Amino acid sequence: MRKSKALSALTFLAIGLFLLGLSNFVDELRVYQGAQIAVYVIAISSIILLTGYSGQISLGHGALMAIGGYAAVLSYTYWHLPVLLAFTVGALAAALGGFILGMAAARLSGPYLAGTTLALAVGLPSLANQFHILGGEGGLSFDIGEAPKWIANKTGGDFTQYKWFFWVSTVCALVTIWFIKNLLQSRFGRTWRAVRGNPSAAALSGINIGRSKVLAFTVSSALAGLAGALLAMLLGLVAPMAFTLTLSFTLVTGAVLAGVTNLAGSIVGAVVLVVIPEITDVVATHLGGSEKITANLPGLITSVLLILTVIFAPNGPKLHIRKKVHN
Amino acid sequence: MSALDVKDLSVSHGAITAVKKLSFSIEQGQLAAIIGSNGAGKTTLLRALSGLIPSSHGTATWNGKSLLGEKPEDLVRAGIVHVSEGKSVIPELNVKENLALGGIWRKDKKDVAVATEEVLELFPRLRERLQQSADTLSGGERQMLAIGRALIARPQLLLLDEPSLGLAPLIIEQIFEAINQLRHRLNLTVLLVEQNAMSALKIADVGIIINVGSLVTSGPSKELLADANLRAAYLGY
Amino acid sequence: MIIIDTLLIGLSSGAIYALMALALVLVWRSTRVVNFAQAGQAILSTYLGYEVMNRTHSYWISIPFAIVGGAAIAAFIDAVILRSLAKRSHKGSVSEIAPVIATLGLLGLIRSLTGMIWGNAYVQYISPLSGKGYMIGKHTIPFSPQNLIIVIGALLVMGIFATIFKFTNLGLALRAASFQPEISRLAGIRVDRIRTIGWAFAGAAGAVAGALVTPTTYLSPNSLDLLLVSGFVAAVIGGLDSLIGAVLGGLLLGVGFAFILQYIGASVTFSAAFIILIVVLFVRPRGILGSKVGRRDA
Repeated sequence: MRKSKALSALTFLAIGLFLLGLSNFVDELRVYQGAQIAVYVIAISSIILLTGYSGQISLGHGALMAIGGYAAVLSYTYWHLPVLLAFTVGALAAALGGFILGMAAARLSGPYLAGTTLALAVGLPSLANQFHILGGEGGLSFDIGEAPKWIANKTGGDFTQYKWFFWVSTVCALVTIWFIKNLLQSRFGRTWRAVRGNPSAAALSGINIGRSKVLAFTVSSALAGLAGALLAMLLGLVAPMAFTLTLSFTLVTGAVLAGVTNLAGSIVGAVVLVVIPEITDVVATHLGGSEKITANLPGLITSVLLILTVIFAPNGPKLHIRKKVHN
Repeated sequence: MSALDVKDLSVSHGAITAVKKLSFSIEQGQLAAIIGSNGAGKTTLLRALSGLIPSSHGTATWNGKSLLGEKPEDLVRAGIVHVSEGKSVIPELNVKENLALGGIWRKDKKDVAVATEEVLELFPRLRERLQQSADTLSGGERQMLAIGRALIARPQLLLLDEPSLGLAPLIIEQIFEAINQLRHRLNLTVLLVEQNAMSALKIADVGIIINVGSLVTSGPSKELLADANLRAAYLGY
Repeated sequence: MIIIDTLLIGLSSGAIYALMALALVLVWRSTRVVNFAQAGQAILSTYLGYEVMNRTHSYWISIPFAIVGGAAIAAFIDAVILRSLAKRSHKGSVSEIAPVIATLGLLGLIRSLTGMIWGNAYVQYISPLSGKGYMIGKHTIPFSPQNLIIVIGALLVMGIFATIFKFTNLGLALRAASFQPEISRLAGIRVDRIRTIGWAFAGAAGAVAGALVTPTTYLSPNSLDLLLVSGFVAAVIGGLDSLIGAVLGGLLLGVGFAFILQYIGASVTFSAAFIILIVVLFVRPRGILGSKVGRRDA
């Protein structure tokens, strides 16, 4: 048991070093997209944890990301916290929000929970316009600065800011997946699966279903908050525009594409989400499309993918293929 | 050729085969009682015959036409009406509306009115409660309402699932008496599924005894009632 | 005087919330799905109205087009997307949430489509009626001819629905199919078809809401998102299952918002909606008029 844990930690370390090394050999745009993928991986895994393992739906993770993003930026700007600590504050703030939401969620069944979280996703970002400290529509800028000298010097070469973003988000993503993986194998993970599979049996065997659901919501929200803080870092700001309803939908799409019970699938989902705009850009340019088409093509493709996936491969494309092979 | 002909019929519930290679037939105008204990596959059989669930094997025909693979709403139009288990009424609607459902698809509105009147003659208690919500009815009244609704569709084959379930003995007798009268008056063919073997066999022409999805025996109900071994093993009295 | 003014504001916005809530409840009753695509459907039908108005220069002609369009879009969505989803609903981790996710996908799809066709910028869908409040003596009340038509339109829709549901065979079939689909099939009702008609009614109600409210604001691919949330809150207040509840919920929410806006300020409107939603769900999850009769076999 302990040996396999050490082994898996080693694997993660190896993947991490490989990715970080890779960042030296590709151009800036790809490095930035790599960082985007890492952020999506975190956000999508937070939904997989919630929906796939604890059986709760959230259409409001964009709002939880907003909480994380704003909290990180505010604590960085006003309290002058170190970046990593600011990220932690972001995660904790979102966890608090998620805890409160989870308290409500534990008592709500599917449609009510979906609607409530949707209300949060639509409404919460607009709060930024109401409070001066949140910077209104324009938002607040967020500059985490260059990489520390000791890292930049060790790697040699030109250590750009994008590369620094990539390093930070990749490390966070790896730690997140490693954390969730272990969490799912722990007592909590087993409890979630039990509740998901058969709530009444779980209750009979002494599991406190409410507590288990709230915990899942809290952990998931903390991860969403971290993703929000990282997104703010990538964008260089937090603003209502960054955390729209579309973001919440995108995350659900990513999770469905990943196969909601497939943690490793979060990488597939994240890559697809980053690649789609890239492809549609090329397509739109080739077609000589107007700005209307270019701006809306990614949304169109994502939505169509989402609909097709739930109709034809509701357990995620990957699982679907595996099933076919078995048959 | 028999009116209702079931051959080698198998029906599965996921991994469980609830009806296994069952064969039986009923003549026009007969009342057949399907007897079996809880879990014998009786309800599953009726649900397959009325199109609610698919069958996995075998055939079932009504006057030569296959029943399997048809939708319940089409079978109703062809005269095959299923009164499902547990007083199949809609509690959110009142008695009048529940009755109206029986003829909602029919073009001949005059005959719907005639049929409704006949049902109200047969079950006068329903007339007293026309405006009441079906939720407020007693178990026996609900069963009357469910059968009444089925009659308004002018059925030829009536599939009745445990009309006696949860009713007091006196009410059961009334309901069965009504069923018996009806089928003679309207020349109905009736497939009656029952756990209450005694009451059912008393009014039935033939009895079909099934156990865990398979046929045990079938024959004229009088003979079944007289068979001491069967009585001990399956009829439970 | 201020109280009456506030009530009037609430009445007009409440009528719109009620229409949206009606649309959500109609679909919920027939399909057991909260149809998040409803905001998109209403937007698309409003754009249809906008397009017709641009050609005919008549707001009044454009409204029936929007309504028929809204009904057709809804029927199409149910018959094509949701029916094939139901056919393929495997027992799987996602099967329970698949319909909800499909409606989300549809919302995204419709938004992108409208954005592609009409652009993301705000456009005006103008009513010939004045948006200026009536004068009573020297006092201008915050209730304009357009507000009046909103209330009348909403009442008309509700009246038509009530008549259909209470007095026609179609209405009886709609109610029966939503309460007990299986028994309804055994009674000979073509439940699939009836369900699609229910969706079409919902689509029409949403279209009326969109076509009536848009002249008071502006039109863009996501200009009805907040209305979707208000409609949902109103539907939950009403019990999600009850058509009358949806109307009452909408009016209560409209009046409640108006008072909050008047006495506390715009900054808390969203928080208030959210808090109202949570409180209702905690205190009275069945809503004020949720069905007392449980679905016994569900």
